[in-house]
Amino acid sequence: MVNIIYQIAGAIALAAILLTFVRMIKGPTAADRVVALDAMTIISISLIIFLAATLQRVIYIDIAMVYGLISFVGVVAIARYLERGI
Amino acid sequence: MMKKLKHMILSFLGLMLIWVLLTSWDLQEIYAGLIVSALIVLLSLGMEPVLGDVKLTPKALVFGLWYIFVFLKELLVSNLDVARRVVNPKLPIKPGIVKVKTTLHSNIGKTILANSITLTPGTLTVDIKDEYLYIHWIEIKHDDLEGATKDIVQKFEKYLEVIFG
Amino acid sequence: MELAGAIITLIGSIFLFLGALGLLRMPDIFNRMQAGTKATTLGSILFLAGTALAHAECTCIGKIVILILFIIFTNPLSSHALARAAHHIGIPLAKKTVKDDLAKDEKKNKNSQTGEGE
Repeated sequence: MVNIIYQIAGAIALAAILLTFVRMIKGPTAADRVVALDAMTIISISLIIFLAATLQRVIYIDIAMVYGLISFVGVVAIARYLERGI
Repeated sequence: MMKKLKHMILSFLGLMLIWVLLTSWDLQEIYAGLIVSALIVLLSLGMEPVLGDVKLTPKALVFGLWYIFVFLKELLVSNLDVARRVVNPKLPIKPGIVKVKTTLHSNIGKTILANSITLTPGTLTVDIKDEYLYIHWIEIKHDDLEGATKDIVQKFEKYLEVIFG
Repeated sequence: MELAGAIITLIGSIFLFLGALGLLRMPDIFNRMQAGTKATTLGSILFLAGTALAHAECTCIGKIVILILFIIFTNPLSSHALARAAHHIGIPLAKKTVKDDLAKDEKKNKNSQTGEGE
């Protein structure tokens, strides 16, 4: 029972990633795409933790942390670039 | 000078807390954490002492803890609000960018205020210029500066004023 | 305990989904950011907290706590940077938009500066 609820939660998060992906493809401007990418990373962090819990691999949590750090720096860098560049 | 010392002590304690959460309660690891935290604090001496503005009176601590609860409550309300708007097929929004005024002076206070505003119902900080914040509001209720300030800023400001000044 | 964790995770994933749906449905970039930031922040916090609750015996709880704090602090920051950039490069706001104080003030600043120059 617990496992089924947990897996449904994972599936819904996966569907959310698909929706952000649609926005990323459609997005009329570059900034829209970056917003979608930002949301996508946050959802992926949740999914990596989900994987760590289901596969019983503690080491995946470190991957989620590094992913979060790098995506934050990346999004801020792209934002600064958009502000000055175009 | 006092500000700098306070900044050093607070950032050392913060780094140490993060280190303990990342590793475990092992004596050797705690020694390593002490060395690494001290090194980072020393290396960042040249930077602006942002944490020096934090007040450490008992009242500020109580308000800080209470602020976390206020913030979490607002976060929950804001999410239910967004959910309501997104699910509604008519998409009930009336967006616009309004200007509000803050009385906070310290940089860290303004940062926390902007972050809190972003995570609360229907508002998103777009820009800060000196003491004015420009906020994207998903449903404008007040057109003037005073009304918007009262609605958006003041529920956090009364706590942050005590904590950061 | 495990059941409570699983249910909290489920609620979190529903918020994540609603955030993504908002990202898709909203008319302009600022409204998208509103849905994208708020809902994914609370969604991921609940998701991570639920997972931590279901595996309370794990020694990795500290790391999940750090991850939650990290998300709370950085998510609004990155969306703030993006919103600023988007407004600066002049991405048009949705047709429903009522007012724009920032553009008005920027225009005023520009006018006063050129006025002084002449």
